[in-house]
Amino acid sequence: MVSITFDHVGVTLGRRAVVHNVSAEFGAGTLTAIVGPNGAGKSTLARAMLALVPASGTVAIDGTDVAAMPRSELARHIAYVPQGQTLHWPLTVERLVGLGRLPHLAPMSRISDADTAAIERAMARADVLELRDRIANELSGGERARVLFARALAVEAPALIADEPLASLDPGHQIDVMDMLRAEAAGGGLVIAVLHDLTLAARYCDRLLLIDRGRIVADGKPADVLTAERLRAVYGIDAAVETGGDWPTITVFGRACG
Amino acid sequence: MNRFAVPRWSLIASLLLLTLAAAIGSMLFGAVDLSVARLLAAASGNSDRVASIILFDLRLPRTILALAVGAMLGLAGAALQGYLRNPLAEPSVLGTSNAAALGGVAAIYFGIAELHPVMLPVLATGGALVSLALLFVLAGRAESPLTLILAGIAVGTLAVAGTSLALNLSPNPFAAMEIMTWLLGSLENRSFDHVWIALPCIAIGGAMLLWNGRALDALTLGEDAAQALGTDLRRTRLRLLVGTAIGVGGAVAVAGAIGFVGLIVPHLIRPLTDRSPSAILLPSAIGGAALLTLADLGVRIIPTTNELKLGVVTAFLGVPVFLIHLMRERRLW
Repeated sequence: MVSITFDHVGVTLGRRAVVHNVSAEFGAGTLTAIVGPNGAGKSTLARAMLALVPASGTVAIDGTDVAAMPRSELARHIAYVPQGQTLHWPLTVERLVGLGRLPHLAPMSRISDADTAAIERAMARADVLELRDRIANELSGGERARVLFARALAVEAPALIADEPLASLDPGHQIDVMDMLRAEAAGGGLVIAVLHDLTLAARYCDRLLLIDRGRIVADGKPADVLTAERLRAVYGIDAAVETGGDWPTITVFGRACG
Repeated sequence: MNRFAVPRWSLIASLLLLTLAAAIGSMLFGAVDLSVARLLAAASGNSDRVASIILFDLRLPRTILALAVGAMLGLAGAALQGYLRNPLAEPSVLGTSNAAALGGVAAIYFGIAELHPVMLPVLATGGALVSLALLFVLAGRAESPLTLILAGIAVGTLAVAGTSLALNLSPNPFAAMEIMTWLLGSLENRSFDHVWIALPCIAIGGAMLLWNGRALDALTLGEDAAQALGTDLRRTRLRLLVGTAIGVGGAVAVAGAIGFVGLIVPHLIRPLTDRSPSAILLPSAIGGAALLTLADLGVRIIPTTNELKLGVVTAFLGVPVFLIHLMRERRLW
């Protein structure tokens, strides 16, 4: 069972301290959302898990410091869907999803039958099999999001981190992506998503990590984390949090006064 | 689906056949045409002395150099376009070819080239290595492609300024003409001395660039995603810089500044592949070898009052091919 542990982690980018003294543990079978206002350090926290930024303290996966792991080994442990939908060359969907097998390939080796099978599974799980011969750059935003998700699934890593996977998607495609993240966690994966939509985060996630100015403000079940007082303090908004249903729903009234 | 894509093995086999045909043509045709029978007799040591000299002292080194230099330029263009994620990148973008050219010009300007035929390529290779050191100082640790391009422009501009200074201060028009002629690029009168200088540089540089294929594929998704897929960006950059500087430096050292091959060959090859950066590396090397060998053959058989320079032919070949291709493909970039 995979686990990711943050032990007094700090990240300084340039001269600005972006993450301060964060300690937390993430386990398998759980979908966690990292939420917080713009510039709070959410993406930096996610990038620290992949050793993409230099961090003080320790970020460990299954007890091993990620900074000390060879990149290819870390890549086999954590799959990553970065912000945006960057595609620099017009590859077919199948070729693009196949990039997810790079961490498993020895230098100069050819793709194996096992890799081909993993690519097929990933495309099936993300429901992009019918797009396999299309050029990925020519797909709609929603289709492309599913393809990039399939690319991450093809790694078949025990942990998955998605940085703002809902950005620029319509509500229908947002639900598709959240369903896929939920399914990964239900299948035993450790899934962490950086999200802005609090209602979707509350509806789909087992746990919310609320970050403000690089520090954890609250950590727990959505109903416990999302309170009107916290939203006012962290986001500077007046909002009502309805907790009567299966998940909390948030209605924002406007900027908090005073 | 890419409608022009062909299976990789058939693409490589076709390009190898084309390259072989170009190489045989390069052995047969020139100021004195050799028949196939005379060529075979010379190759087996059963021919007249003239045919043997033409084959072994003139055409064989020239053909080997055309193949090797073309392969290096095509490969470097493909690797740089993949690394910089820019279809307009070409080997000169790092400034190393200009620096190698400056080394060659310095050899001519100071009369060092007259000491021995290999002094010019040796100094040109030295120029490429100096530019590599400068690139490391300016952009060695940074990871952004933009930093590398800016450093390459700085190094290249400095080298071009040095070359212009040499032309400006030439003691007489003949010296300036000699420099200009060398800068136009040629494989005329090259010997096996040149082959032994260029081949090791090209072999080492080429191997380093080919090793980057997987990393270039991963960079299709951007730098963060590439690293998350296990790519070590620093090593990738190191292989790219050293491989390009040594390989292209060695190529320019023996052939002069030959443009367009590194730019157009990857563009000609890309539609025939799945368009991933790794898929065009080896075919671009073979395609570059074929293109430059054919261009060098053209230099010899196109009737002109003076022998055409190779750099002039590649430029004339390159512009229309590139423009037609640009119009056809622009929707896919």
